[in-house]
Amino acid sequence: MQILKLGGKTLPFMKFRKFAMTLSTLLILASFVSFFTKGLNFGLDFTGGTAVEVGFAQPADLKKVREAITASGFEDFSVQLFGSSKEILVRLAPQGDGVKAEVIGNQIIDALKQTDSSVEMRRIEFVGPSVGEDLKEQGGLAMLTALICILIYVAFRFEWRFAVGAVSALLHDVIITLGLFSILDLEFDLTILAAILAVIGYSLNDTIVVSDRIRENFRKVRIDDTIEIIDISLTQTLNRTLVTSITTILVLIALFVWGGQTIHGFATALLFGVFIGTYSSVYVASAVAIAMGVSKEDLIPEVIEKEGADLDPMP
Amino acid sequence: MLNKFPLWKYLLVLVVLVVGILYASPNLYGRDPAIQVSGTKGTDADLSVLDKVNATLKEHNVTVKSSKLEDGQILVRFKNVEDQLKAQDLLRDSLSEDYISAINMAPAQPEWLKALGGNPMKLGLDLSGGVHFTMEIDMATAVDTQLEQMEQDFKSDLREEKLRYRTIRRVAGSERLRVEMRNEEDKDAAERFLSTRYPLNVYIDDSSSDNAFYASMSEQKLKEIRDYAIKQNETIIRNRINQIGVAEPNVQRQGAERIIVQLPGVQDTARAKEILGATATLEFREVDEDADPSAALQGRVPPGTEVIMARDGYPVVLKKRIILEGSHITGAQSGMDEYQRPQVSISLDSKGGAKMNAFTKRAIGKRMATVFIEYKPSGKTDENGKALPPIKVEEVINVATIQARLDRSFRITGIDNPAEAHNLSLLLRAGALVAPIQIVEERTVGPSLGQENIEAGMTAVVLGFAFVLVFMLVYYKGFGMVANIALGANLVLIVGVMSLIPGAALTLPGIAGIVLTVGMAVDANVLIFERIREELADGRSPQQAVHFGYDSAFSTIFDANITTLIAAVILFAVGTGPIAGFAVTLAIGIITSMFTAIVGTRAVINLFIGGKRIDKLSI
Repeated sequence: MQILKLGGKTLPFMKFRKFAMTLSTLLILASFVSFFTKGLNFGLDFTGGTAVEVGFAQPADLKKVREAITASGFEDFSVQLFGSSKEILVRLAPQGDGVKAEVIGNQIIDALKQTDSSVEMRRIEFVGPSVGEDLKEQGGLAMLTALICILIYVAFRFEWRFAVGAVSALLHDVIITLGLFSILDLEFDLTILAAILAVIGYSLNDTIVVSDRIRENFRKVRIDDTIEIIDISLTQTLNRTLVTSITTILVLIALFVWGGQTIHGFATALLFGVFIGTYSSVYVASAVAIAMGVSKEDLIPEVIEKEGADLDPMP
Repeated sequence: MLNKFPLWKYLLVLVVLVVGILYASPNLYGRDPAIQVSGTKGTDADLSVLDKVNATLKEHNVTVKSSKLEDGQILVRFKNVEDQLKAQDLLRDSLSEDYISAINMAPAQPEWLKALGGNPMKLGLDLSGGVHFTMEIDMATAVDTQLEQMEQDFKSDLREEKLRYRTIRRVAGSERLRVEMRNEEDKDAAERFLSTRYPLNVYIDDSSSDNAFYASMSEQKLKEIRDYAIKQNETIIRNRINQIGVAEPNVQRQGAERIIVQLPGVQDTARAKEILGATATLEFREVDEDADPSAALQGRVPPGTEVIMARDGYPVVLKKRIILEGSHITGAQSGMDEYQRPQVSISLDSKGGAKMNAFTKRAIGKRMATVFIEYKPSGKTDENGKALPPIKVEEVINVATIQARLDRSFRITGIDNPAEAHNLSLLLRAGALVAPIQIVEERTVGPSLGQENIEAGMTAVVLGFAFVLVFMLVYYKGFGMVANIALGANLVLIVGVMSLIPGAALTLPGIAGIVLTVGMAVDANVLIFERIREELADGRSPQQAVHFGYDSAFSTIFDANITTLIAAVILFAVGTGPIAGFAVTLAIGIITSMFTAIVGTRAVINLFIGGKRIDKLSI
C-alpha cells in the first residue's frame, strides 16, 4: 500500500513557492498583528495568581459559586466550567495587601463548602509574581537557546544556507503556532511552551530529512538545476513525510480526545504545530535555501564517501 | 553475505530487551497504600513497636494487608487509602514522640525483583497527588539580623578593650555600621583591633575625616550568611516534613534563594501548608529588671532595651542584646520534673552552650525571656512585582528565672500546665530560622485528580499505540509487523529506563512525551522502509534493497534525532517539574527508539531473510 503512487513522476513543488511564501508571510503578519493588538493570553504560570479547581457531586451552580467567593471577600476573580459541568475552575488575580498567599486556595474551598458540602479539592495552583516573571524569562531563553543550538548543529552538519532555511522554518512554526493561540485566545502556559519546543523538534526532524535528501541528490543526480533537484528530493521524501505525520497525528488525536483536560492545550498546540511543521519543512526550509542561493557547487567537495562504501553489514 | 548479523549483535538485542523487560516489570505489580514507622532521633523501630502497631490497628478494626520490620523501619500495607489514613491518625496518637508514621505508596513487586534493584517508576505529583512548593528565603532579613549582631559584638568588644566609643549605629538604608569614637587615637586603635579580630568578616572603610569609620561585612561573610540561611531553612523544612509524615519527600535547592519542596501523596494539603508555611525564629533575651514595664509601655524605654508583649498580654522590658538565637537549639522535649510539674528540656549545640554558659555565669537569679518571632507575609509587592519582605511579629512566650549556670542542656520549669509545656517544646523544636521564608509557588493536586490523570494518560497511550500499530500493519504489512515489535520493545525500554533512573518521575506531560515518542519513533522505520521501497523500484534485489535501505537511511535518522535531542536537553535544563518530566521521557524515547528502530528491526529482519533466497519482500 502506498499513499501516493507517483510512478517516478516528479511533483513541481517549487513552482508554487512564491504562493507559499506569500501565504506564510500573511500568516506571520496576522500573528504579529494579533500579538500587538490582543497579545497572548498568558496563563497563571506567567502572570502569577491563584487557580483552584474543585469538583462537585452534581452540576455546579456558577452563580452561587460566584456569590460565595464574593462573600468571603475576594475581588477580581473568574469562575468557569472545566471539562465537565461538575468541575469548575476559579482563577484569582495576584492578591493585594495582607493576604497570605498559601491560604487563598483553602479559603476558596472553605467558602464553596458552605454552599455545597460535596465540594472536593482537585487542584490548587499559586504562582507568585516574581516566579511568574522568572518563568517568562526562562521560557523565552529556552526557546532562543534551542534555536541557536540547532542552528549551530545544522550549520555544522550541512551548510549554512540549509541552517538558515531550517531555522527560518522553525521560527515560522513557532510564530504561527503562537499566533493561533493569540487569535483564538487560548491560554498559554508552561505545558504549551513544552509543546512548542516539541514542535520545534518535530518540524526540525522533517526539515532535516528533506535537507539530507537534497544534499544527497546534489551529489548523485546529474542535473544542474537546483530547483529541479529540490523538487525531486521533496517528491522522494513525500511519502515518508506523510506517513510520519499521519502516525504522529493519530497519537495526538488520542491525546487530545482521551488525555484529559489538563493536557488539552498541549495536544492542541502539538496538533497544529505538526500541520504547520510538515508544511514548513516542504516549503519554507527549501524555499529559503533557494532564496539564499544554495547550489550544487556548495555541496560537491565531499562527494566520495557514500558511493564507494563496502557491503559490510551495517546497522 | 548480506543481511546477516554476527551472533553478538543478536545477543546484544536480546540482552537489552531482557533487561528492559526485567526492570519494566515492577510497574505491573502496582503499589499498596502503606504507612512507614521510623524513629525520629536515630532510634530504630523494634519488634515491641511492631507489636504495638499491630495491636493498635487490630483494636480499631483496621484491616492490615501485611506488616513487617525491615532495616529499623516498620512498613504496614493496607488494602485501600481509607484504611491507610485512619491508621495514620491512630498511630500518631498511640506512638510516642520518638516515632513518626509517614504515609507511603509502597511498591508491591516481589522480593526477588526488589533484590535486583527493580522498582516501579516514581509518579510525579500530578499523578500521585500531593503538594509542590517553591519557597523563597528573605535574604535581606538574614543580613539585617547579622548586622544587628555585629553591632552588639562591636559594642561589647570595644567595651572589653576599654576603647570608648561615642556611637555605633547602622547607616540607614545601607548595610554598613558607623562607629564613632571619642578621639583620633581611639579610632585608630579600634580600627586596628576590629580588623585583627574579624580579619575575614569585616571590611573597614576609613574615608571620613572625623573620628568615625565605617564597617561593613565582606563579600565572603555575606555569602556565608546566605549559604547558611538557605542551608538552615532546608534543614528546618526537612524537620517539619517529618511532622507532616510523608515517606518520600523531595527537598532541594533552586538557585540562590529558593527551595523546592515536594510531598507526594499528601491528602490533607491544608495541614501540610500550615506546618510548612509557619515561619518563626526564637531568641533568648535578658529581662531588664530595673525598668518599669508600665512606664516603658508609655514610651519611656531605657536605652538598649525594648518592650515586647507577652502571650498573656502583659508587657516585658527586654535588653536588645540577644543571649542566644534559636538556631542553636538542637532539641526540646516536654515532660515532668521530679515533683510532677511540667517542664521543657532544651539542648543546644556546642556554640550555643558556650554562649549560654558565658551569659549565665554572671546572671544567676536574673530572668530570661524566650521571644517567639513570626514573619507573616505582607502580601504586598513593590513596583517591580517583587514581593516585599514579610512583617515581623514578636511575642514573649516564656519568662524564666535563671537558677544556675547553664550549659548545653537545661530545663525551663514553672510552666502552668502540660499542654503549655508541650506547645512550648513544639515551638522551640520547630527550630528557629535566621531568615524568614515564604511560599512563592504552590501546585497542589488532589488525590482524585491524580487518579483521573493516570487513567486518562493510560487510555491515551493505549489508544494512540493501537492506532499506530494498525496503521503500520496495513501500510507496510510484514515489515510493519517488525516495526510494531520494535515499537512495543521501545515502550518497554522507556518504562524500564524510567524505572531505573532514580530521579526520573512520570508526569502527565511525561506520558504525553511517551505518546509522542510512539508517534515519532516509527519515523525511523518509515524512513528505512521507504528507502527499501525506492531501492526495490530502482530494480535492486530484495536483499540488496534491505541492505542499502538501512545503510542510507542511517545518517538521516541520526541527524534528525540528534536535533530533537537538543530540544529535549534544553527543555530539561530550563524546565522544572512537569516540563522536565516531559523532557526526560522525550530524551529517553529518542535514544531507545534509535536502538529499537535501527538495530532491533534489523535483527528481526536479518533473522528472517538473512542468507536466504528472497524473491519478494512483504513491504
